[in-house]
Amino acid sequence: MSRKKLSAISRRSFLKAGAAVAGTVSMPWVASAQAKTIKIGFPTILSGRVAQLGNSSRNSAMMEVEKINAAGGLAGRPIELIARDTKGQPQEAARVARELINTDGCELLIDAEASTGAFAVHEVARDLGILCMHTNSETSSLSADPKLRLPNAFRCARQGVHDSVIGGIYAAEIANAKNLTRWATCSPDYAYGRDTTAEFVGYLKRFAPKVEIITEVWPKIFQPDYTEAITKLIQAKPQALYSCLWGGDLTSFIDQASIYALFSQMQFYAVNMADYTALTAVKNLPPGIHSGNRYIKTFPATPANATWGDAYRAKYGEYPTNWSWQNALCLNFLSEAAKKANSTDGKKLAEVLRGLKINSPFGADGTVTMRAEDQTIVGYAIGWGTTIPKEPYVPEMKTSPWAKVFELEAEWKKQKGYA
Amino acid sequence: MDLTALTECLSSASCMVTQVTSGFIIGMLLFLVAVGLTLIFGVVKIVNFSHGVFYMIGAYVAMTVYQATNSYAAALLGGALGACGVGIIVERFIMRRIYSANVLMQLLVCYALVLIFDDLVKVVWGPEFKAMGMPEAFRVPPLFIFGGVVPPFYLFLIAAALVIAVGLALAINGTRFGKTVRAAAHNPTMVSALGINTGLLFTAVFGLGCLLAGLAGGLAAPVRSLTPGMGFSILIESFIVTVIGGMGSITGALVGALLIGLVRTFGALGFPLFTEALMYMAMAIILIVKPTGLFGREGT
Repeated sequence: MSRKKLSAISRRSFLKAGAAVAGTVSMPWVASAQAKTIKIGFPTILSGRVAQLGNSSRNSAMMEVEKINAAGGLAGRPIELIARDTKGQPQEAARVARELINTDGCELLIDAEASTGAFAVHEVARDLGILCMHTNSETSSLSADPKLRLPNAFRCARQGVHDSVIGGIYAAEIANAKNLTRWATCSPDYAYGRDTTAEFVGYLKRFAPKVEIITEVWPKIFQPDYTEAITKLIQAKPQALYSCLWGGDLTSFIDQASIYALFSQMQFYAVNMADYTALTAVKNLPPGIHSGNRYIKTFPATPANATWGDAYRAKYGEYPTNWSWQNALCLNFLSEAAKKANSTDGKKLAEVLRGLKINSPFGADGTVTMRAEDQTIVGYAIGWGTTIPKEPYVPEMKTSPWAKVFELEAEWKKQKGYA
Repeated sequence: MDLTALTECLSSASCMVTQVTSGFIIGMLLFLVAVGLTLIFGVVKIVNFSHGVFYMIGAYVAMTVYQATNSYAAALLGGALGACGVGIIVERFIMRRIYSANVLMQLLVCYALVLIFDDLVKVVWGPEFKAMGMPEAFRVPPLFIFGGVVPPFYLFLIAAALVIAVGLALAINGTRFGKTVRAAAHNPTMVSALGINTGLLFTAVFGLGCLLAGLAGGLAAPVRSLTPGMGFSILIESFIVTVIGGMGSITGALVGALLIGLVRTFGALGFPLFTEALMYMAMAIILIVKPTGLFGREGT
């Protein structure tokens, strides 16, 4: 009798233990959730032309992690940020993201990748169900397209369509005043470049109907030589040029175009120029380039923003970048969400994050909101202005109210079939 | 496809001047890298997949020397000699061990060298991109020739590359060293039997190839962002150039480089979304018509 009883208990125990082991092995982040420290995976670009932006992402995230840990951690758990180099390659970004979750036991993922890799990491988040915060991809469709939307993925980065609305209004005002009707575009040939350019041109034409695009050039991302693109632009003789080239690509383009005196022949609208990385890397910055704000410590012109920019500079010896503020803001959102949820569980954090509004130095009115409907940030400071080759680099920023952005964004979503 | 733009350009003097000079600019940088590649292959018979590394080293050393001296001439000299020095060390301690190895081993070693030097550049100069900036002497407005825009720096670049091409051709065809190099390319065993130190000759040729790549890096540094791995992008095009021109032929490298430069500039006008493919198509057509390349010889 005793033998029979022993046998029955053994079988049940075996099945329970087996199920527990199988579950734990297949989902290591569940196992590590019991640990005190919470590991956050941070795939980003730490080598190549974009390394400076990736490093600035990691730096700002670390700066905020130190603050959060000093204040008691994320819902009481100290954060360990694990940053890995993705080399700017989508396949590497996906591999690194999986490795961070499955091997390193990360419970949350901050995807500090450019758009080239962000879509690949997004699919990893879909597959593994981990809470993923995209912090550097600006391609609008990532959060706007309902087919791509995930309950566990959020965007804590500016969005191409938002920049394009403000930029379109700004550029159209100048185009109308100076009768700039012949425009050209020169943007990188991938999702971000194509989408953002189309959105900017759409709003430019809407507010300046006489504008026509007479030529387009689409250099490849990380292309070393822009000579053929530059000479094509010279032949077309536009009055104004729009570009969303960024980082080392933008500085290379400016260096190569400057010796053709391209910027004396046409006005230049470069949405990604007003970032300290680009502004300081170009040795002979032509004056009068129109740019959207990326990160400038004088915009928004608040003590909180200036203090944050100076603190970063004091710690790392250089000014922060656009990617810096976005990653800092992401940690701020996670910290606030963990306080409200009193948990680090991804699903509970996601619930709190939807619609969460926090005070932030990067907000147009001192606050930034994680919009519930598409899980992307709104209310951050956006402006356009003209650059000068020394500090403050963009003396005056012009902006439009967010209500206008919302109105035009809603129309855009309908046109694209997203709403 | 925009054939109207291409046709208009072909009938416009200003457009032709701008596009042809642009083609020469792209071509001349490619030539300097490709000629080193072809020279090394011609004599040492190794396809040096790590050749882009020396272009990268040349660019970085040139930037460092320029920042220290504010002299572009010193920067060019520094870039060329720096790449040459590293090239000689690589040849003496690594490359010569794989001259008789199979192609797979050669490819593996060259790829390892690329990874090692890319990481070394990250350690020494940092992983982020760098910009050298245009030297003071060339910060002048562009020239307008028949209405076409030509930057003075690019005229200098074209002239410098042409001088090197002519100098190299004269050296290879008219000097004792050149005759020895040509003899070694044809029959290294016989050259060795005549008492010439072929090991030293191989080192000299490898060093010369690296010097030219370093010079190209120094010439490109003012207008291209410097980043670890920058050598790889130019290496692919340089291989296309050597295949078109014929492996081992200096004249072929020059003609192939100019052809690729012109295909890119005129292709950007007429076939803007197909420019890259045009280069490969040109290569494929030439290989079909003449499998050894335009100036390649049977057996090389």
